[in-house]
Amino acid sequence: MSLLAVHDLAVARGGLRAVEGVSFTLQGGKALILRGPNGIGKTTLLRCVAGLQPPVAGRIEMAADAVAYAAHADGLKSALTVAENLRFWAQVFGGGDEDRALERMDLAALADRPALALSAGQKRRLGLARLLVSGRPLWVLDEPTVSLDAASVARFADMIRMHLSGGGAALMATHIDLGLDEAQVLDLTPYRATPGRVERPAGFNEAFA
Amino acid sequence: MLALLKRDLTLATRAGGGFGLAVAFFLILCALVPFGVGPDSEALRPIAPGILWVGALLSSLLSLDRIFALDHEDGSLDLLATAPIPLEGVVAVKALAHWITTGLPLVVAAPVFGLLLHLPGGAVSWLILSLLIGTPALSMLGAFGAGVTVGLRRGGLLLSLLVLPLYIPTLIFGTEVTRRGAEAGDPFTPMLFLGGITAGVLALVPFAAAAALRVNLR
Repeated sequence: MSLLAVHDLAVARGGLRAVEGVSFTLQGGKALILRGPNGIGKTTLLRCVAGLQPPVAGRIEMAADAVAYAAHADGLKSALTVAENLRFWAQVFGGGDEDRALERMDLAALADRPALALSAGQKRRLGLARLLVSGRPLWVLDEPTVSLDAASVARFADMIRMHLSGGGAALMATHIDLGLDEAQVLDLTPYRATPGRVERPAGFNEAFA
Repeated sequence: MLALLKRDLTLATRAGGGFGLAVAFFLILCALVPFGVGPDSEALRPIAPGILWVGALLSSLLSLDRIFALDHEDGSLDLLATAPIPLEGVVAVKALAHWITTGLPLVVAAPVFGLLLHLPGGAVSWLILSLLIGTPALSMLGAFGAGVTVGLRRGGLLLSLLVLPLYIPTLIFGTEVTRRGAEAGDPFTPMLFLGGITAGVLALVPFAAAAALRVNLR
């Protein structure tokens, strides 16, 4: 049984269709890397899969509460320490070993430091450590390696490998090569929506969109 | 959800959290009125309940935009929306945290500030009771306004314009309870209305606020 199945999906950003006709399935133990030029709709597609916005056409099939989402913003509170930030997300997602997650992302030495004092790369590592404590099988990652150094990228690739070998899956948009043998690449360029097609506003809600 | 409440309370009391800001604003407002109206107790006594309630209302308005704006900026709101907590629960917890850090201190401080306005002694208990019943509705309606305006640049002013009209029923009945308490009238009828408004707001508004948030997250 696949963790995620996407059928003939079309997504729109700001009322304009970005990509359409995208279909793929993702089995446990596999990773799928989305590629494509800037603005083609990678982020929008990932937000749809994470359930943050509805697709304009097509279906997304997956179990409820399966997704752990990580995007450009790490969701860190600068007034809380590294350990407090991580503990909060561990509690929200129902447990998970924070100390081991800190260890895995090489943050144990920074545990008592306020998130305010972290560098961009360290913040990103803390944001990724959150995936480990979420206990979710499907990781949806938007440019996860931004501001990571080479060693941290390798560490992150190891973390993904571990997650996949544990039966999890990952869907990510990234431009760099992580060296993951389990990963397939899906280039979104052929799915670019026909230009000039404006989505009709779908009722009252669009007024706020 | 308990973790979220704990986090919000911790954040409010840490540096930059703005804890105590509302009470300080309330104090200044109550101190300014005698300067404007004059220190005559005959002039102040009849307007004291109204000033105290309007003051509490404006003070709780101060920190409303922080309810969701900060979480939206740093991405926490996206993550909370994908978390196993329903968004309605997130709204309710964040409104509760706002009430504990803003409404509750106002309730505690109001009788003291009432002295500045020559509030009759008999009205003090009614003032406390009416604020205790009324302020949770202010926080919850504020959470709705914050949910509607989240993600807007400089949404704070729009938030005030949206929320203040919604505060009118609570203001009317809250003031009426205190006024009747001061004049030894019957405060129970407005008290029941006040309680009814709060109960209705607490029951319905989380759904409206969560719906607004979902639209804004797109």
